[in-house]
Amino acid sequence: MTKYLAKRIAMLFPLLIGITLITFLVIHLAPGEPVDMATAMSPKVTAASRQRMREFYGLDKPLHVQYVRWLGHLAHFDFGRSFAPDHRPVTDKIVERIPVTLSLNVIALILEFCLAMPIGIIAAVNRDTPLDRAISVFVFLGFAVPTFWLALLCMYLFGVKLSWLPISGLHTLGSDKLPALLRLWDLAKHLILPISIATFGSLAGLSRYMRSTMLEVLSQDYITSARAKGVKERVVIYKHALKNALLPVITLLGFSLPGLIGGSVIFETIFSIPGMGQLFYQGVMARDYPLVMGILVMGAGLTLVGNLLADICYAFADPRIRHGRG
Amino acid sequence: MSNSPSTPLAQFWERFISNRIAAVGFAVIVALFVISLCASFITPYDPDALDAWHVLLPPSGAHWFGTDELGRDVFTRVIFGARVSLKVGFVAVGIAVVIGTVIGLVAGFYGGLIDSLLMRLVDIMLCFPTFFLILAVIAMLEPSIWYIMVIIGLTGWMGVARLVRAEVLSLKSRDFVLAARVLGASDKRIIFRHILPNALSPVLVSATLGVAGAILTESALSFLGIGVQPPTPSWGNILTSGKDYIEFAWWLSLFPGVAILVTVLSYNLVGEGIRDALDPRRQ
Repeated sequence: MTKYLAKRIAMLFPLLIGITLITFLVIHLAPGEPVDMATAMSPKVTAASRQRMREFYGLDKPLHVQYVRWLGHLAHFDFGRSFAPDHRPVTDKIVERIPVTLSLNVIALILEFCLAMPIGIIAAVNRDTPLDRAISVFVFLGFAVPTFWLALLCMYLFGVKLSWLPISGLHTLGSDKLPALLRLWDLAKHLILPISIATFGSLAGLSRYMRSTMLEVLSQDYITSARAKGVKERVVIYKHALKNALLPVITLLGFSLPGLIGGSVIFETIFSIPGMGQLFYQGVMARDYPLVMGILVMGAGLTLVGNLLADICYAFADPRIRHGRG
Repeated sequence: MSNSPSTPLAQFWERFISNRIAAVGFAVIVALFVISLCASFITPYDPDALDAWHVLLPPSGAHWFGTDELGRDVFTRVIFGARVSLKVGFVAVGIAVVIGTVIGLVAGFYGGLIDSLLMRLVDIMLCFPTFFLILAVIAMLEPSIWYIMVIIGLTGWMGVARLVRAEVLSLKSRDFVLAARVLGASDKRIIFRHILPNALSPVLVSATLGVAGAILTESALSFLGIGVQPPTPSWGNILTSGKDYIEFAWWLSLFPGVAILVTVLSYNLVGEGIRDALDPRRQ
């Protein structure tokens, strides 16, 4: 076990280097430069001042020099300064967006697990019945529906037509003067649409997974023997089977961790939510290299750590792995 | 005995088509292909023809899906838009399947250092939030449908590589491969004649589901304005203009969205159907 852990943790470093290398190459091999964006609109910019700008941003150095310099800064968790007119450190820009995206996604994730797992179990227990089929169709609809389109329709229906819910941002103008409870209610109303649409879209993956794991467990011999010795069906399903079907869910939870901070470009753009997705989209559109690279590295790095944590939890939870290897 | 089909392919087809949900999905996809290929025969309108006198008309006998803000027939634009979606789905997934298959074959067959290097590359690529990566690259390139297909393909091969590698690892030690090796078959022959055909069935499932994902990604990119550029119609960019007129022209937003939903759903159902039909436990 310790050996397994040490090996996995040692593996993190080359993988992190790989992540930074791919990020850097992807951004720097694309044609065009941020300087073009800043200067294209203004004919007064001379070649000399363009050159000064490139020197200022370090874009005049050869690629490998730029990479090593960037990597050196990364080692101190310094993602550089944004190319945007405010020139603020990328880390600050990212950190101030994290709470918004994180709280939004944590609520959506909790809802997803609370809904998808029972749905999957019900589908498995009632396998091949009309109920199972109806559930399949429902979750597949959520999977197939383009979220931006569903968001558009819901905004029109609940926001414009019925005016039940606000359709953009997180707060109503002037809501900061309201008492705390009303302010919370105001925030909740802004979150209902984005969170329910996000949850609907993500039900399919987990519930289908739950269904197939549950089916697999239910076909095992120990379930048959539990039934044979007269254990009640409820106990068989919720005690004997569920316990084992839940194990792989740990891995899925690990996979969802990085998504918590990543945020969705589409959602945040449509609902004008000032989160990471919106920040990334704005960064990409403005060719803000340090910001784009910072978010990519951070997102991928967190995924890496999230997967490792999930594997470790899994190893602890599953005695076959705990005592077998390692 | 004489009535039951004997070849594996015929058995597979019978199992697949007897699954009603999957069969419906398959029929929808075939119909979409026929419609998008014959688009110019189905509609009397030109997808790009402007008509200032018939702007934002609601659906009617003459314009089934109504007209848009420039007087173009929405039904015509939706069926021409199907070409973009179907093309993106196939080419992007084609690229992903080729890259994934080659990497999976090489890693699984040769093992050792090559295997661990390639699999670490897969691990690294899987860490990136895919849509962010696609967005970062697409936004820096000139807008073009070919770039979109290539980038979606380049960011979507990892699953296939893992599947193929796993299949190869289990096939490599089977007796028929050993027999081929004893008979003096070259590596190339063993890989392409003996291992590859047997490793392809799980790839089929993931490719079908991949097509659905690629269509969604393209429509999202086009919706954001960095995908297929107007006047070329794509479901995503029709929705972009639909968004601005949603208060008085619902038809502009409804139909392209339904088209995406139905197409993506059909591919998913077919993918699930193939998975069930291939599953030995269900036979």
